[in-house]
Amino acid sequence: MKLDYAPLQRDLAEVGYIADEALAMALCLMIGLGRPLLIEGEAGVGKTEIGKALAQVLETRLIRLQCYEGLDANATLYEWNYQRQLLAIRAHERDAMPSEAIERHIFSEEYLLRRPLLEAISQPASPVLLIDEIDRADEEFEAFLLEILSDFQITVPELGTIAARSIPHVVLTSNGTRALSDALRRRCLYSYLDFPDERKELVIVRARLPGIDRRLAEQVVRFAQLLRREDLEKTPGIAETLDWARALVGLDIASIDTDPDAVQASLICLLKTEADLKRVPREVAARLIGKVG
Amino acid sequence: MIAGAAARVSGFIAHMRRHGFSAGPAETELVLSVLAADEVPGAAAIRLALKTLLSGNREQWARFDELFDAYWFGRGVRIVAPAQAEAGARNRSPRPKIWDKALLREETASAMGRAEHSQGNGGGPEGRGTGRLIASRSDALSRTDLRTLITPEEAAEAERIAERLARAIRYRLSRRRTPARRGEMIDIRRTIRRNLSRGGEPIELRRKHRPERPVKLVVLLDASGSMEVYSRYFINFMRGLIGGRLHADAFLFHTRLVHVADALRERDPSVGMTRLSLMADGFGGGTRIATALKTFNDRYAKETLDSRSVVIVMSDGYDTDSPQALAVELRRLKRRAHRLVWLNPLLGWKGYAPVARAMAVALDYVDCFATAHSLASLAALEGELARL
Repeated sequence: MKLDYAPLQRDLAEVGYIADEALAMALCLMIGLGRPLLIEGEAGVGKTEIGKALAQVLETRLIRLQCYEGLDANATLYEWNYQRQLLAIRAHERDAMPSEAIERHIFSEEYLLRRPLLEAISQPASPVLLIDEIDRADEEFEAFLLEILSDFQITVPELGTIAARSIPHVVLTSNGTRALSDALRRRCLYSYLDFPDERKELVIVRARLPGIDRRLAEQVVRFAQLLRREDLEKTPGIAETLDWARALVGLDIASIDTDPDAVQASLICLLKTEADLKRVPREVAARLIGKVG
Repeated sequence: MIAGAAARVSGFIAHMRRHGFSAGPAETELVLSVLAADEVPGAAAIRLALKTLLSGNREQWARFDELFDAYWFGRGVRIVAPAQAEAGARNRSPRPKIWDKALLREETASAMGRAEHSQGNGGGPEGRGTGRLIASRSDALSRTDLRTLITPEEAAEAERIAERLARAIRYRLSRRRTPARRGEMIDIRRTIRRNLSRGGEPIELRRKHRPERPVKLVVLLDASGSMEVYSRYFINFMRGLIGGRLHADAFLFHTRLVHVADALRERDPSVGMTRLSLMADGFGGGTRIATALKTFNDRYAKETLDSRSVVIVMSDGYDTDSPQALAVELRRLKRRAHRLVWLNPLLGWKGYAPVARAMAVALDYVDCFATAHSLASLAALEGELARL
């Protein structure tokens, strides 16, 4: 068990993910203790990206389970391939195969469609299991997930119990659209991801867009930071900043104070609702650009 | 690991527990095992590690550093500890400063009341409990002049109606399918399984359907001066809605918003009432509906509302905020909630038209605008809400 998170932080930076100390430590503990990590934060702070970056660093598979309301066991564990089963029954009937043999055959692993959770525990090497937006799934699913995350085994009535070949690294993310149960919170390590400060965001932009002009990157980040302080419906996240930076580079804009029209038009990368766009008209944008300097 | 360190760590866990963290022996063990396994990496790293291990939500995450410093470095203990202890106590909404003046007169009475709370919902000697209630009741009377103080029969009636109302709007279709004999879809998984003995020929079909799932209810009650006559029995009505088995949440607002679901769930209605009346008449005066709704949208809406939520606002619509602000907040509210119902007691008055500017604005966003000036009118809502 190592508490030294610096190597992991460096590795993450190498694959383009800038993690602060708290997050690097959380990931370190998650790997060391083999416990799931629950990450909360506003939309667009890079929660989902953690899973991808971690899988890259650990050189392992990323298995992603996107949660939604109504998600149930069939969609997360396994399903039988009914069409193939029906075809197999027909085919074997012609061969005059005894019905028990057919049954054994069609309920073999060959006909099993693995869904993310089953897939995750049957990997030879620990994969990263990203359970995205757990707050969107219903409470029943949360309870069910708890059971899987503590036992790491899945029972298929027709096949028997499938035990985990390796314990996955589990990352859960939540946007806080619903209060999660205390039981789940206790099972998990916890980390809260805030919007990055200016320095960190600049590093992220430059890591993701190596070609960007240094001065433009600074302006973009400074503008995004100022914009977050405005009273907006949907505060722009890092993804939005990156989109905007990409757009400006694509438009061949060297500095955001040179071409107000193009900048104003490209603000749609940062502001995602009509009300927010109206709240940042030309004058407000000009004021912010003035502050960026 | 030396024994002294272990004792210090378990002391730290106890310290965190006192401040509302859900940490116990299992966490102590975990922390010790983490600390023991590595050469000591320095205070900063340990702090981060413990933060990850012990925090469970955003609030705890934000408060951790302060508490950590308080325990290990003795910084700000005096200030931090008492203040946090109050905030960490559960099942009790923090008491706004403004009540203190009102509470001073019955300090002994409310002290007894608090003792009763800590014993876990009653169980205190009969005589003490009654004495306290009389005290706070007369107190509430003297301060708020509730002329239409509700009789027990009326209160019971309000709760009964609320219960029926809750039943009327209890269900909505879920997206998850479950087996059903007369479902509208064929459940292939079960059909195949069922017909194995017939060589896989789907003779006997299994079906599934979309079940109904409970609606969530969020009630926002205007407890301002202009609503005073009605708020008493609306509160009973709210109790009925909340007390039912459905997911529900309740808020009072006047110039600001107070979360009152806990007080409403109080098993002893009189204790709950006392707590509520303290909340309600502590402020009184004007109404700032838009501000209250903004607080709700900013702080609570994301967690409490989803596509199965019905929001009920009970207000006369006399607002000191601008109608534009109200429109903005109602639009935000409407986007998160499934249905928005506005109950206005004034609508029952003869010749009333929603001329209050706020009300005129609100009509654009409301799915159901109904009267609520009497118990009979509340009962009439049942049919209205069942259709929502």
